[in-house]
Amino acid sequence: MANKKSKKPTIAVYKFSSCDGCQLGILNLEDELLDLVGVVEIAHFLEARRQVLPGPYDIGLVEGSVSTPEEVQRIKEIRHSCGILIALGTCATAGGVQGLRNFEDLEELINIVYEHPEFIDSLPNSTRVADHVKVDYELWGCPVNKYQVVEALVAILQNRRPNLPQYSLCLECKRLGNPCVTVAYGMPCLGPIVRAGCGALCPSNGRGCYGCFGPMDTAEVDAFIPVLKSHQRYPGEAVRLLRTISGYAPAFVDAAELILAQEEE
Amino acid sequence: MAKETIHVPALARVEGEGGLYIGVKDGKVEEIKVNIYEPPRFFEGFLRGRFLQDVPDITARICGICPVAYQFSSIRAMEKALGITVPPQVTALRKLLYYAEWIESHVLHIYMLQGPDLTGHESAITLAADAPEVVANALRAKKAGNDTMSAIAGRSVHPVNACVGGWYRWPEKTKLEAMLPELRWGLEFAKETVRWAVNLDYPELQIEDYEFVAVHNENEYGILEGDIISSIHGVLAEEDYEKYYAEKHVQHSNALHSYTKDGAPYMVGPLARFNMNFDQLGEVAKQAALDNGAKPEITNPYKQLIARAVETVQAFDMCIQLIEAYNPTGPSYQPLVLAKGNGCAASEAPRGLLFHRYEIDENGLVEFARIVPPTAQNLARMEADLSKMMPQVLEMPHDEATLTCEHLLRAYDPCISCATHFLTLTVEEV
Repeated sequence: MANKKSKKPTIAVYKFSSCDGCQLGILNLEDELLDLVGVVEIAHFLEARRQVLPGPYDIGLVEGSVSTPEEVQRIKEIRHSCGILIALGTCATAGGVQGLRNFEDLEELINIVYEHPEFIDSLPNSTRVADHVKVDYELWGCPVNKYQVVEALVAILQNRRPNLPQYSLCLECKRLGNPCVTVAYGMPCLGPIVRAGCGALCPSNGRGCYGCFGPMDTAEVDAFIPVLKSHQRYPGEAVRLLRTISGYAPAFVDAAELILAQEEE
Repeated sequence: MAKETIHVPALARVEGEGGLYIGVKDGKVEEIKVNIYEPPRFFEGFLRGRFLQDVPDITARICGICPVAYQFSSIRAMEKALGITVPPQVTALRKLLYYAEWIESHVLHIYMLQGPDLTGHESAITLAADAPEVVANALRAKKAGNDTMSAIAGRSVHPVNACVGGWYRWPEKTKLEAMLPELRWGLEFAKETVRWAVNLDYPELQIEDYEFVAVHNENEYGILEGDIISSIHGVLAEEDYEKYYAEKHVQHSNALHSYTKDGAPYMVGPLARFNMNFDQLGEVAKQAALDNGAKPEITNPYKQLIARAVETVQAFDMCIQLIEAYNPTGPSYQPLVLAKGNGCAASEAPRGLLFHRYEIDENGLVEFARIVPPTAQNLARMEADLSKMMPQVLEMPHDEATLTCEHLLRAYDPCISCATHFLTLTVEEV
């Protein structure tokens, strides 16, 4: 893995449009952090250190969505300087919460938020990293599960595929023995179509899942929509639930549009 | 000698991305810019049309380090808009979650972000090589904060249990009590941190004209709710905040800079709270401060770390007290009766006062949102402090000069991710 036999593999952490929470997840590995820096060289991680080692790097972790012309340029340069590129968190894998602006008129938004719209330079949409460059691994989550970050790094160092859950949140929730919030309390919950990973936190706290970990790859969205719609507590809730954290993930875009089309009929 | 321009394209050990530019020509400072190039994320724009209960989940995502601050400023503003008063048990648990967030954020800042500037390290990673036990203890203390947050609300980054009207669920008392041993250890560690902090060698800088602004509560150290206190204007109602402070969009920044209505910079954050609310500190934190000669008024911005250390004692002490008193009865949540309304709220994010205001329609949908994060309020102050520091800085070798300026900005614990989504200057009330 290392670029030279005697050297530790190098890791670079980058930030794009984001809240910093996924990078913070790395610093929140309190029990693992000192071991981690024992086996890898943190070569570029601005939030953690001032020192920057010259590239190229073995592994790049990218937090955030690509939302400005400058970021498009930067992600291409980063792709060139990293052997393996990991998209870290739902901003990087699906455009993130700021992807909610993709459903609105950007010019109007800029005018609402800024006094001098001419100073602002944004892409029409907040986009995922894979829209611009090849991504080797995607770690979903808002925030990512920090243990999935460790698993991905360890797997890469061991030359194997990371072992990440491919099943739905429901499975995680059942294992915890939670009563189903939809069946027991009539609440809308995205669990059946969302990938596991957070530990079913929302149903464990008596509320429905709002999709931080995005749609799972084999989600049966069409079958799920009638269930979701029939449990809305106020008009438009189903669409808003889909359009929260992972709203710009293609499966959720399609599901929300289908519901809106059905409502128009 | 630093008789040339200082340019730091990307500041390290801050949350989010920003740079620093100090233009020097013929030994004279021509321009000072804290440059925020973190991309805009337009929160106030896409919040419009959202149901009010979605808002705390969305605004949390403005900042991964202080999501609880965003949740509670949103939640309290919404509750005021609806005319809801929550029971004391709900409020007590909110303070517990908030103080736990202060622990993780403050300890991170003290030991991993600003601390290395004072110990002569480029990061906590190299600090750990020289003083492994210091970093190991800091990580343990930070973890106590994060784990307390997880016990209350599922996770520490973007917790899921707080809502408009209360809590989705009461956390189990046994889970919270399980945190007590680590919190008690953390309290002692925090007291040691104050001792350590007052003995560090800070750059000399005294700012005579600070206006400190903080949440103020007669009965307790201001964190979740209260009035607003200013060292110039005295006690103000939350509702009057926008009459005194406003934002301006400047070209070198994707963030707005806040000024007083007279166009002067002001300061929010730990030093503002420490100086304005010292009397309201709990006995344990106050004693830890006085034992080490830390008392108001501290006017050296580099010494924000000392105020942060005292507040870390306060946070551990309060977490212990609040868990010991935790005994929830009755519903955790009250159903919402929707009505058209307007509400604002300020609370104290770890890095300073965070103001939110919303207008909602009769269906509970957001019509207008304004969010004023602490770092935006401090940006103008940071530039003014840098300006005061320049005579000293110009006498230093270039590398030391650059580091000294960077250090000044890091002392503010700027959260640049938070600072980049702002509203226009238009203030209707005035």
